[in-house]
Amino acid sequence: MNLEVLGISVLWIFLFGYVIVASIDFGAGFFNAYSLLTDRSHILTEIIKRYLSPVWEVTNVFLVFFFVGIVGFFPQTAFYYGTILLVPVSISLVLLGIRGSYYAFESYGSAGHKGYAFAYGLAGLLIPASLSVVFTISEGGFVEVVDGHPVLDYWKLYTSPLSWSIVLLSISAVLYISAVFLTWYAWKAKDIDASNLMRKYALIWSIPLIITAFGIIVELRGHNVEHYENIIAIWPLFALSGLLFLVTVWLIWKKRSYGLAVILLILQFFFAFFAYGGSHYPYLLYPYLTIHEGFTNKEMAIALVIVFILGLCLLLPSLYLLFRLFLFNKDYVTGKSNDHA
Amino acid sequence: MINESTVFWSRVLTETTLSFHIIYATIGVGVPLMIMIAQWVGYRNNDEHYILLARRWARGFVITVAVGVVTGTAIGLQLSLLWPNFMELAGQVISLPLFMETFAFFFEAIFLGIYLYTWDRFDSQKKHMLLLIPVAIGASMSAVFITIVNSFMNAPQGFDIVNGKLVNIQPLIAMFNPAMPTKVTHVLVTAFMTAAFILASIAAFRLLKGSNHIYHKKALYLVMKCGLIFSIASAIIGDFSGKYLAEYQPEKLAAAEWHFETEKGADLILFGVMNDGEVKYEITIPYGLSILAFSNPMAEVMGLNEFPEDERPPLYIHYLFNLMVFIGMFMVLVSLVYLVGKWRGWSFIASKWYRWVVVAGGPLSVIAIEAGWWLAEVGRQPWILRGIMRTEQGATTSGNVDLMLLLFCILYIVLGIGSIVVLSRMFRSNPIEKEIEDRESEKGGEVR
Ligand code: HDD
Ligand code: HEM
Ligand code: HEM
Repeated sequence: MNLEVLGISVLWIFLFGYVIVASIDFGAGFFNAYSLLTDRSHILTEIIKRYLSPVWEVTNVFLVFFFVGIVGFFPQTAFYYGTILLVPVSISLVLLGIRGSYYAFESYGSAGHKGYAFAYGLAGLLIPASLSVVFTISEGGFVEVVDGHPVLDYWKLYTSPLSWSIVLLSISAVLYISAVFLTWYAWKAKDIDASNLMRKYALIWSIPLIITAFGIIVELRGHNVEHYENIIAIWPLFALSGLLFLVTVWLIWKKRSYGLAVILLILQFFFAFFAYGGSHYPYLLYPYLTIHEGFTNKEMAIALVIVFILGLCLLLPSLYLLFRLFLFNKDYVTGKSNDHA
Repeated sequence: MINESTVFWSRVLTETTLSFHIIYATIGVGVPLMIMIAQWVGYRNNDEHYILLARRWARGFVITVAVGVVTGTAIGLQLSLLWPNFMELAGQVISLPLFMETFAFFFEAIFLGIYLYTWDRFDSQKKHMLLLIPVAIGASMSAVFITIVNSFMNAPQGFDIVNGKLVNIQPLIAMFNPAMPTKVTHVLVTAFMTAAFILASIAAFRLLKGSNHIYHKKALYLVMKCGLIFSIASAIIGDFSGKYLAEYQPEKLAAAEWHFETEKGADLILFGVMNDGEVKYEITIPYGLSILAFSNPMAEVMGLNEFPEDERPPLYIHYLFNLMVFIGMFMVLVSLVYLVGKWRGWSFIASKWYRWVVVAGGPLSVIAIEAGWWLAEVGRQPWILRGIMRTEQGATTSGNVDLMLLLFCILYIVLGIGSIVVLSRMFRSNPIEKEIEDRESEKGGEVR
């Protein structure tokens, strides 16, 4: 395997990590707000808080890791994406800023105010929607190079059915992932009411998820034939992902093995995410930038890979400790112990 | 061809974000060390007050971390959004420490989460205290790595340029550039100093506002001791930073000192105003600049006139430099007088006016941090990468930067006000007297 493929694979793994942990976080905020609206907050709030509190900062680092890493391995992405993404990413940043800090203000500082909870829940849906624009742009057709500078055609972007389908997909994925996870987490916390409620949400959101996923593949056929053909060429991976999806929904439906359902859910998204990434290869931005042209020099690449391996040796044990102390600790999950400073 | 207003707004947005971020970042670097010291003293002397001190600081710390994280994420992305050409070029040489920084954050974030949620969970205090070490190391290392990136911008090396292309890239040589030793140590030590004086401000303020609890006195004594050590270290390393400048970035030093003609035995100019190229009302210290720059009163110091007109930094950095140095000296004095007074029993150190002086120390240190960074960054102008790329060449070509500036300003106002309100409410609703009482009743099982 050559270095650029190694580099993009590492980054893709971290982006996948972000998609999963952030979806749980974003979705949880939304369900919390929704339950306040429908007077069911007593069922959910506790559970959601207990999961989120120790891990919220870690979620954000996944994102930072991805964008720092991509500029490191592929400095030309800074030139292309940096220039065109000013507005969409700035909007995401402001939303992330409000949401992240108000989470801390609320849960460590003062008691909750309803208005915050709503803003918080809404921001949780707007962030994935605004970030997903990056995927749409990467399909090409929205960027033109004028006088050596890339320029984004906003009108085309906002009137394209492809971008709206991707926005819809990102929102349904967030809510679906979050609901499945919380079904399991609440069940583990022995909070049957909360678990049942989340189960219902998981089943509801599975439907738009699968519809938009298929819809996007169909739309790509008109938008970017090359990518579409690559997708068709590796269809078994997408089929596998679809199969895993069906099994997950079936388990949730039958109220069986929620833990297994979460694992299958992660695998489902893993296969879909990597099949998508693989079919996108070698383009970072159709048709201007590929991972081969945009790659950094060899010396830097080797240094980055070495640092990455050393870093993992440090991180994996620490992450394991975090999960053992909170996610998999019975007393903590069921709320028997709470040793907050 | 380069769009001037875009460049202008990009600079303003970068300045705003960094100036806001650095306040929270400095606290984020310095406070974990102070918490560690307090918890350690409490553990060693078996003194509940210090443990409580650590616990209350940690609670406030979370709020500042949150704002540090979100503004840091903003600046991290803004580097690519506002300076895409710069990042494309520099990214090939200096992305290694940036990448390392993310690991330092990651490490810190994980252990901070664990530390905050495991008070009273372990049987021994010591086990819990050990969890703080990775937090403090992670925070300090992230400052080290990001400052390395910044020192590379001041003294780029580790590559060759052949026909406009970068070749022979050596990431480690780029990291260990001449600006790095003084810059990294000065930034770290001033962060520790600032954290100590901010915490001293809080303790002195509580004492002024009527709480005469021994807890605040212990806190004040502890942080003033730390503050003295770190402020002396800041001044010494600051002096080394000046010597670095004299050798590698003489134009920055010359602009900061209003030193125009190259001469031997150069005088040091303090304050003053500039009038048609004439310096007036200044205080002159004979041979001062030569001593500052080379530790030798007769040494020759390069003047600003040696540099082409369009490569000279703005002259107002003189005031920033004076302000920083003045605050540094002042804080050494304040903490020294306090400690000597404590030791020899001078009563005025417990007087109202002296406590107000201590209260002022925290905000003053933050002002020194801001002045220092503005000096360092503005003093590098017109270069974004000294000698290689000018700031306007690095800027984005995208429009709408002014709108984004507005958006971010609103964000920072909300965050700034929010964090102050939340912090003050947090401690006002749970004053130390109440917390000590709560803990005792919890332990004894009886309500007094
Ligand atoms: C509490 C803050 C604080 C205090 C009291 C001081 N400094 Fe400082 N100084 C900084 C905070 C700072 C800083 C914010 O950390 C800077 C900005 C960039 C950097 O490298 O450190 C800095 C930069 C900086 C530079 C420029 C370095 C460069 O551009 O490469 C010099 C020459 C000094 N300092 C010298 C001093 C001296 C002689 C001081 C004597 C007391 C002093 N500083 C006190
Ligand atoms: C322009 C350069 C800078 C960039 C690109 C940058 C980037 C970042 C990023 C991305 C974060 C958020 C990380 C997370 O999600 O955990 C952050 C936070 C932080 N930054 Fe910066 N930063 C810069 C300057 C600085 C400097 C100079 C310092 C120190 C002197 C500093 C210290 C910190 C600290 C300590 C935090 C974490 C807040 C905390 O944990 O308390 N940063 N920075
Ligand atoms: C966190 C502490 C920092 C502060 C407060 C700070 C402050 C500033 C200021 C005030 C400017 C504007 C100078 C001018 O316009 O004349 C500037 C420029 C800049 N700094 Fe820093 N800086 C910090 C650290 C860094 C670091 C570590 C980096 C590198 C990663 C960095 C990247 C930049 C860039 C790209 C510019 C270009 C914009 C310009 O020159 O106007 N800064 N910074």
